[in-house]
Amino acid sequence: MSADVFADVPREPGAKKPDPILVADSVNRSFGGLVAVDVQHVEVQRNSITALIGPNGAGKTTFFNLLTGFDSPNSGVWTFNGQSMNGVSPYRAARRGMVRTFQLTKSLTRMTVMENMRLGATAQTGEKLWVAPFKFLWKAQEAAITTRAESLLARFKLDHMRDEFGGSLSGGQRKLLEMARALMVEPELVMLDEPMAGVNPALKQSLLEHVKGLKDEGRTVLFVEHDMDMVHEIADWVIVMAEGQIIAEGPPSFIGANQAVIDAYLGAHQNTDLGV
Amino acid sequence: MSQTLSNGLFGAIGITAIAYCLAAIGLNVHFGYTGLLNFGQAGFALVGGYAVAMPVMNWQWSIWATIPVVIMASSVFALLLGIPTLRLRSDYLAIVTIAAAEILRLLVSTPKAVNVTGATDGINSFTNDIQNSIPGFLKGKTVPLWEKNISDYEMWVIMLGWFLVIVFSVAVWSLMRSPWGRVLRSIREDEDAARSLGKNVFVYKMTSLVLGGVIGGFGGAILVIGQRNASPGSFQTQFTFLTYAIVVLGGVGKVKGPIVGAMIFWFMINVSDSLLADWTDGSGFQLPTWVMDSSNFSFFRWILVGSGLALLVIFRPQGIFGDKKEQAFDVR
Repeated sequence: MSADVFADVPREPGAKKPDPILVADSVNRSFGGLVAVDVQHVEVQRNSITALIGPNGAGKTTFFNLLTGFDSPNSGVWTFNGQSMNGVSPYRAARRGMVRTFQLTKSLTRMTVMENMRLGATAQTGEKLWVAPFKFLWKAQEAAITTRAESLLARFKLDHMRDEFGGSLSGGQRKLLEMARALMVEPELVMLDEPMAGVNPALKQSLLEHVKGLKDEGRTVLFVEHDMDMVHEIADWVIVMAEGQIIAEGPPSFIGANQAVIDAYLGAHQNTDLGV
Repeated sequence: MSQTLSNGLFGAIGITAIAYCLAAIGLNVHFGYTGLLNFGQAGFALVGGYAVAMPVMNWQWSIWATIPVVIMASSVFALLLGIPTLRLRSDYLAIVTIAAAEILRLLVSTPKAVNVTGATDGINSFTNDIQNSIPGFLKGKTVPLWEKNISDYEMWVIMLGWFLVIVFSVAVWSLMRSPWGRVLRSIREDEDAARSLGKNVFVYKMTSLVLGGVIGGFGGAILVIGQRNASPGSFQTQFTFLTYAIVVLGGVGKVKGPIVGAMIFWFMINVSDSLLADWTDGSGFQLPTWVMDSSNFSFFRWILVGSGLALLVIFRPQGIFGDKKEQAFDVR
């Protein structure tokens, strides 16, 4: 289904998508004299897996931070599900269904894996101060959350670590935990910042399946990644950033042969294969 | 020897221990559960103490009517500190709180305010209502604690104080086992992670600052009532640092931590005080005068206590109730 959706989409930066969940216009962020992000127009197709790639320092993570409210742009507008997201704080963005993970994992080290997971659930009545002291008021919801967390942990093969501290997990397991925790929020758009960094090859394959599974559940995935194998295997559409701008868009097969992309990664006079 | 131990026991359950225990329960909410570096717990205690003494002295209020004043004044102080700083990195809160506590202390000690705050002498004779409320079974009696006699007034304040300790400890326990407490702990671990999961971190941090501040305010209230005097000298910066010592001693982020920490801390202080006084008073076993004499033993006591705390941090960094495994992941 996904390949067809993109059939009529022009393979150029800022291409219009049939059903965009996320649209950004003239988003600009500079740190002093350095322009980190200068995106004219970009759309992310709903219920697809979109990869955001680019050389180091291209502004991918900064763009992520801007979209999720962790940083504010100098100028620009962007909408999620048609709603403006300007000045929306990170927690509101998450509640609207836009949940991100971090390049450097933020597993909560002195909380158990299960506590990490339970934290992800939104609209918990027990998170209100006046309800919290009275366990009978939130016990049932807590049990439901725990059940959901257990099934997610099982899916991510972390169920045996359930009662271990987050800090005792390996780097790859932390990536898995962070993704599983993000899913507890039940987001429409999952934004993964380098989900494969530091994950061993054996775990990589199962992580790929998890990301594909998200799309089958009807979610949209936008991920930043350097691992071109992963991009090729799961992305429906690839957006390439360099020096803060979007320089190319297209399906993975198109991107590997694109001259602008090769130039951005390897310099203008290289004719070397990207290794993809 | 039994005199020394009675002094130690009195220290462990006495008014000072209760006041510091309440301050430590509040600080534990800030530092232990939420990771807020509040270095101005003395300020919260001062606000609580003066919120009791000032309305009684200046406007002849009943002391019981000042309970809501304690709550409101410490909440306002927390809001004033929190609004500008809680959005910033945690070290800013540390700087602002320590400065604000000192500003308050200097403000109440200024001679210009002598009619309102009593300046450096502070406020006395605001405790008649407490004196009059001593229940019949205590009235006019002294309660023996081994070789130490506790007056009816002291005993009554001790009972009220431990009642508050129990109430606040149960409240903190019931909050921290809940999903609300889980959000606080996630903020302590990584507030950006909490944000990315849809938690309004600012509101939680503010609530924590207010809650811990109010508990600290009640600590100050018990202290001034017990001393029958509210003066700036009780709320110097060392109040904050001793409170930190108590929290670390008992175990950071544990409900029992501040209670046991305060009891052990004040037991040790009073025992060492009593022993050193005994060994420098000119009769019985005496320390050589080149080590110390009766004029400087109280300084030596702090050296002993400081060394003890240093040893604790080296050999049992998790405190008495802390979890060694949990401590191993502490990245701060």
